[in-house]
This record gives sequence, structure tokens and C-alpha cells, in this order.
Amino acid sequence: MNAPNKSGWKPEMELSEDGMHNGPATTTGNRALMLEEPLLFEIGRAEVTGVDLPPVDANAPTRLGGLARSEAIGLVGLTEPETVRHYTRLSRQNYGIDLGFFPLGSCTMKHNPRLNEKMARLPGFADIHPLAPQSTVQGALEVVHQLGHWLCTLTGMPAVAMSPKAGAHGELCGILAIRAAHEARGDAREVVLVPESAHGTNPATAAFANYRVEDIPATPEGRVDVAALKARLGPDVAAVMITNPNTCGLFEKDFREIADAVHAVGGYVYCDGANFNAIVGKVRPGDLGVDAMHINLHKTFSTPHGGGGPGSGPVVLSEALAPYAPLPFIRQKDGGEFYLVEEENREERGPTFGRMTAFHGQMGMFTRALTYMLSHGADGLQQVAEDAVLNANYILRSMEDILHAPFAASGPCMHEALFGDKDFTEGLTTLDVAKGLIDEGYHPMTVYFPLVVHGAMLVEPTETESKAAIDQFITAFRAVVTRALDGDEALKQAPYYAPRRRLDETGAARKPKLAFEG
Amino acid sequence: MRYLPLTDTDRQEMLATIGAATVDDLFVDVPEVARLDGPIHGLPMHASEMAVERHMKKLAAKNLVAGEVPFFLGAGAYRHHVPASVDTIIQRGEFLTAYTPYQPEIAQGTLQMLFEFQTQVARLYGCAVANASLYDGSTACWEAVAMATRVTKRKRAVLSGALHPHYAQVVKTMAHFTGDTIADALPAITPDPELAGLIARIDEDTACVVVQYPDILGRISDLTPVAEAAHAKGALLVVVNTEPVALGAIKSPGEMGADIVVGEGQSLGVGLQFGGPYLGLFAVRDPKHVRQMPGRLCGETTDAEGKRAFVLTLSTREQHIRREKATSNICTNSGLCALAFTVHMTLLGERGLRELAAENHRLACIAADRLAKVPGVEVLNNAFFNEFTLMLGGKPAREIIRDLADRGVLGGVSLGRLYPGVEALEHALLVAVTETTTEEDIERLAQELEASIKETV
Repeated sequence: MNAPNKSGWKPEMELSEDGMHNGPATTTGNRALMLEEPLLFEIGRAEVTGVDLPPVDANAPTRLGGLARSEAIGLVGLTEPETVRHYTRLSRQNYGIDLGFFPLGSCTMKHNPRLNEKMARLPGFADIHPLAPQSTVQGALEVVHQLGHWLCTLTGMPAVAMSPKAGAHGELCGILAIRAAHEARGDAREVVLVPESAHGTNPATAAFANYRVEDIPATPEGRVDVAALKARLGPDVAAVMITNPNTCGLFEKDFREIADAVHAVGGYVYCDGANFNAIVGKVRPGDLGVDAMHINLHKTFSTPHGGGGPGSGPVVLSEALAPYAPLPFIRQKDGGEFYLVEEENREERGPTFGRMTAFHGQMGMFTRALTYMLSHGADGLQQVAEDAVLNANYILRSMEDILHAPFAASGPCMHEALFGDKDFTEGLTTLDVAKGLIDEGYHPMTVYFPLVVHGAMLVEPTETESKAAIDQFITAFRAVVTRALDGDEALKQAPYYAPRRRLDETGAARKPKLAFEG
Repeated sequence: MRYLPLTDTDRQEMLATIGAATVDDLFVDVPEVARLDGPIHGLPMHASEMAVERHMKKLAAKNLVAGEVPFFLGAGAYRHHVPASVDTIIQRGEFLTAYTPYQPEIAQGTLQMLFEFQTQVARLYGCAVANASLYDGSTACWEAVAMATRVTKRKRAVLSGALHPHYAQVVKTMAHFTGDTIADALPAITPDPELAGLIARIDEDTACVVVQYPDILGRISDLTPVAEAAHAKGALLVVVNTEPVALGAIKSPGEMGADIVVGEGQSLGVGLQFGGPYLGLFAVRDPKHVRQMPGRLCGETTDAEGKRAFVLTLSTREQHIRREKATSNICTNSGLCALAFTVHMTLLGERGLRELAAENHRLACIAADRLAKVPGVEVLNNAFFNEFTLMLGGKPAREIIRDLADRGVLGGVSLGRLYPGVEALEHALLVAVTETTTEEDIERLAQELEASIKETV
């Protein structure tokens, strides 16, 4: 369990009694490799540019309809070396999965293979236009088609809508398909049931589609309260949105029973597939009675999330919902040629609910995800789920003796282990543990989510961590938790060693400063 | 399995710690009926890096690369030169493999970048505040309409007929489900946008008017009268821009009175990528509207030592706090594309963007003049930036486009594909020119277009 630090570093070498860094202040504010970087607008100049372009000929004829810009835009430029340095310095203020363990629960931060990046950059994929004549982009359409085949096969679902641009956009797609299916049979329904452990996007999505959202409680074991859900079912319920594996890290054992009950009253089952990572190749959601489920390609299939996006959220659909899938979608002629069904092929459109985005979805992410799937193969993807679940359970069992694990008695967790702050010394919180972990060189776990657990800590190691890396994390995590249990006041000031100490987030919201002024 | 570090020995040791005999014991909560035991049929086994690369390259080779032929497609996605350093910066692992900056102390790189990005977008659009990006221009357009209905508490949006038809489709799809009413129209085939007709459709129930600038036919026009008319009726003006490079040459929407400006940022840094991922830009002119904005916002603050720092802020509008009362269900933004945009914009700066815009416009003027000389061809636009519409004298543009592709020229976008069933637009061809277009490309298009028109009945 204990992975000794071999570098010779000892805590007392870095911290003085007041908790501050030893050594004199530097003139620049830099600390050797920890470099401060001013804002672009403080170092850039209006007349400087990092690209070579022909100078503007003030006398050149224009056809701008008298709208030529007369005022300065207010932009500044940097030369190429300055640009590279500015962003390289900024990058060093960031934690990424390339740097270390990133156990952000429900976010699935796994290794992003560079082959995916290389393939997405092939000019045959990167340098083609979405409205190019379809005869000239057959290979790209085939990528979408192949990826769709993988997604349908892995989920046991008959159809997939590829255009949603992120998980939440996929939720919207599934909910709109449900709404369209009900409308098509003249069955107006108003309510969507959402368990309280759901991602916040679920209720927001249902509300955005003009449904009334009603909460369904969780049981003390961390699963949907089936009795409460069944009691609420009726002819006004359009859908139930359930996350499986759920955000407590557990498999919803009664999913099939819930689905049957929902179907019996004419409703549909939306499954939030954000945690598909844990069951890919082991469970087919189609066998559980799912009608629609989005798959976050960036989570399960390793497309990079780039500091907040892009995502990609294809949605698999049941027979009942498939006809309502959004435009465009891809079909193949007998001769093998691929083509798009879009606004102009009216006869083939069917009762689609319309269009969700201008073009075909996140093509660049499709290329990456397909590359990843081909690399792993069907056998490798099964191993992915097994290793992800194994790693999470290893963390759960290695921590439950010192950290409150509210659902540990419910059985194994899936891809993520959930803890709470119940035993911490008063005054110390989950946030303090998170910030303490930063000083230990880790990106903290997800905190305060799911809402059903007080001071929740949701740890998701994923399958791309080695045992040694996980052991080292456990050692650090135990140490920080022990400090929280012992009432170590110094934890309240953490982090000490990050590029920034704790931020004034309240001040930021009270007097928002959202752009550089000056 | 080169991506999976656990060895079988590790797995056994870990199972022993857990107290499970096999990994399948960890899946005990999955009902028997749903368990997939054994191999998955219909999918291949794992493959080496070399084998996967071969497969993907074969697929890539089936596509005609834009950069290898004379290329004139636009209509919301533009081929610009992206400086090499943009891609090397976005591939830095600390940017590429980071998540949403939920722990700001170790995400200052992403956060400062987003703050700079917001500033650049706000200034480009002539607005006070921009958000940290949305999925793409079309979804940003819907979010603008949804925001306008929240601000005005009205439910009717008036869309210009010359709004990108895909954008209009997205808005109409969403409005159908939210119960908002959308009034739209088709673009008139006239040299100038039909703004007078648009103004006449604004009434006391109008939440917003949505205008594209430059519009789908490449036309540009002073939007000040539309803004005044909208404001006189208590409505907001939403301006959509799909070519940010244009704003280096023409007045900003904010300067003309737009209340919400949205757009597609793909032109700068992102590349064509067959339609995505792209970059939705979103800005508001009046800072009092900030709390009604969708998406993530990055704000400046200080840390415990008083140092300047950045953090995601005003999250009480967002789905993870407000749940069903959130301004939007959006969770992901388009962070990496925003980084590409902001790096490209930083390389350009004020001077570079103006020079780039001027070069685009210069080449477009040359192209319009040359193509106007092709027998049977007429240039529709009086005013344009880098994109304009050709009327093909009764020839079907879709067939001409296919024929040009067979001749090795990607000649533009047929408006018939974008407006199926609209007879007046069947013969209209949208041509875009950028700094990547050469004068030889223009000549080649003119010659092939002439030949194609002659041979097409």
C-alpha cells in the first residue's frame, strides 16, 4: 500500500512555521520554474503581429457598402515567439491528465492517446468542408457510419443520432425525440421524473424542453427509490431520466423493473450514459430497456476535453424513438455509397424532430473515438470496464476504514468511489481535503456532488492508472484525510504550493469582472 | 493493450485487497439478464498502432482534401490559414488533457486564457461581455433567442430570411418544443438585404429580431435602423456572424446597436473538420444582461495572498446549481477550440486581423469581377466581404457544383441544397474566397464554371 517517495523530499524542507515558502521573495514574483505571466492585454501591442500579411492598401477599391470599420477594435498582438511563450507559461499553471492522476468523479479523466490526435489531423479528415459534395467526402461519412455501428453494437440499441455536440446536448436530443414520439401519437405529457442524484444537466434539459421536472428520492443504499418512482408513474409522465451506473457510483440493479413500469404507462426511459465507461462491453443498455442514452465520447472513448470542451454526445435510440432522430443522418446505398439525409431528401426524412446543429456533429471527435475503439477492439473495451471498476473498488476498500463511505455496504461500486465528510473535525470540510490534495500533487476528486451525500467526494481513477500510481494516491489521500480527522488547522489554508492560493470566489461573483479594462 | 497499465499480478493483488475472487464479482449488481459474458459479436479485436493508422489513412484517402484543389466553399465554415504555432500550443498536454477548471488554483492557465478570449470576443463584437464559448454558431443562435425570451418575457422571435438556413432550422426545432413562436421568411433575391420588410414584422410581442451579418448570401448592410426599430418596440436585436474575419474590415454589430451578438468562431484557429468541433461565440452589449447569459463565464478575482487570479463565476445561473431553473442546460463549452481561436487572434492582433480581412476582401473583389465575366453569370451582391452569390442564368447550381467537383474544383455551396424546394434559389451559387485562395484558383474556377454552364442543360 505505501509507495515511498524516492526523491528525498520531506515536508519540513518546504514549509516554515507560518506555513509560507522558505527563502527570500524574488524581484519578479517568479520562483525558478514557476513563472508568472501577465495578461495578453498588458504585454501585447496594437501594431504588433505574429503573421506575415500584405499591408493594407488604403486606396484599394472596396465593396463594403459604406460599412468599413473606422474605430479600433481594441485587440493586441504578439509576435510568434512571444505568443508561444505566453501560452506555454499559461499551460504550466494547469493540471492535466498528462501530468498526473486526475480522479474527477463522473468526469472520467483517462489517458488521451496521441494516435487519436494524429489521425484526427490527417488532412483527409481535418481539411474537408461540411457542405462539400458528398461524392468527395465518402471516407468521412464512412467514419461516422462505422462509429455508429460500434456504438449501436456496444449498447445493444438499433439506432444512433450522431449530431449532438456534448453530453448535455445529447440529453436534449433524447428528450426531444421522446417529446416528438408522444406528439406523434397525440399524447401530450408534461412531466419528467429525475432522481435527485442526477447530474444537474438532466433537470435542466427536461425544463429546456418545456417539461415539468419532479424529483425522485434516493434510497439509503444510494439507488433510485423504486417504490417512490412507481407510485408517481401515470399517464402524465413522459419520461424518467436515470443515470446508470449512477452518480453514487452504483449500478441501478432494478433498472429493468423501472423501465418496464415506465413503459407500461406509455413513458420512455432516458439513461444518462456519462458513466458508460464502467460497463462498456459488459452490459448492453438496450437489454435494460433504455429508450435513449447519450454517450460522452470524451469520457468513455478518450477524446480530450481540452479544459472544458469540446465534448461529443451521440445518442443511441430504441426502435420507438429512432424515427424521430434529428437531421442529418447517414445512410448507405446498396452499391456502398454513403449519403446524408438532410432537409432536401424529404421523402426519406420520416418524422424527424428537426435539426440540432448546423452541420454533422463533432467529426473531429468521431475520428478520435473510432481510432480509440479500433485500438482497443471489443476485447480491450471489456478490459477497460473491468480495470476501471477494479481500480475504483480498490480505492473504496483502501479508504473505508478511515473515511466515511456511505454506500460501501451496498456492495461493490462501479467506476467511482463515493465518500462523505461525516467524521471530519468540525470546521474542516471536503474542500479543505481537496485543496490539501493539490499540495500533494493531485487534481482533487469531484467535491460536493452528488448532492445526496453530505460533503461528497467522488473519486474516479479510470482504467489508465497503474497500481503504483493508485497506491501513491491512496497514501496521499489517507494522509490528508487523517489531517482532516485530526483537526489540522493548516489544511484550511491549503493549497500552499499551487500557482495560486485559495481564491475569493464570492468576490468574483459579487462584482463580476469579465473582461480586461484598459 | 497498450493503454492499460494493470498487469495480471496487479489485478490479483487488488482483488485480494478488495476481498473479491474475480473481477466479475464486482459486477454482481448487474442482473444476469443484462450481463454480456464472452466476446462481443460484430466488432474486431484490438489492433496495433500501425494497423489502426493504416485503416484510418485508407478512410481519409477517400476524401478530397480542400487544400489540394481550388476551393470556394463557405456558408458558415471557412478555410483560413492557421499558423503552425496554434496547433502546437493546443496540443500541449496541460491544455489538451485538462478538464473544466473546477479547481481554479491549478487551472489558472485555462482560466486566464478564457478571460483573454472573452475580452477579445467582446471587443471584436463591440460588446461589454462575452462568455467562455458555446458548442457552435447555430446552437449559440438558439441560446440567444432563448435568452431574449427570458429578458423580454415575450415569446416571439422574428428571423431574417437571410439567416443561415441551418441556424434557422435549429431555432425552429427548439422553439417547437419550448412553445416559442418563430416568424421567418425566405431571402429575397435582391442585391441588398430586405431590412425594411424585417422591420415591418417587429411588433409589441417580439422578443428579438435575428439578423445575420454578413448574411447567408454574403450581403452586408447597416443594421442601425433594425436596432432602432427593435428597441422602439421593446425587442432585442440579435446579430449572427459566421465569419469573424469580416469584423476586421466592417463595423461591429455592437456599434450598430445589437443587444446580443453570437457567431461561429471556426474561422480563427479551428479549421474545417467536416463541421465540428466548432466554436460558439456569445456576447452581450449591456452588462446588465450578464446574469441571463447561458454558458460558462470566467471572472477576475484575487487569491488569499492578494495575487490576481481567475475563476469560473456567476455559476448560480448554471445547471449544476439551478438545475431546472438554469439559464441553459449547457455544461461543456468548447474550451480547446476557444484556445485555438484566441491563440490565432493573439498572433494576428489588431494589425494582423485588419490585414487579413483586407486581403480576404481584395481577393473576393478580384473573384467577383472575374466571375461576373463568365457568360450567363451574374454577381448578385452590391456589398460583400469575402463571400458572394452568383446567379447562374437558370442553370441548377447543385448540378454545376457536382460537375465542378468532377473537374477537380470545389466551386462553392449551392443555395438549392440549403433551401430545398425554393425555386428562386435553385440557380444561386454561394462562392467564398479567403487568403488561401490564389488568383490562379480564381481563374481556374472561372474557366471550369464557363465550361460547366455550357455543358449543363
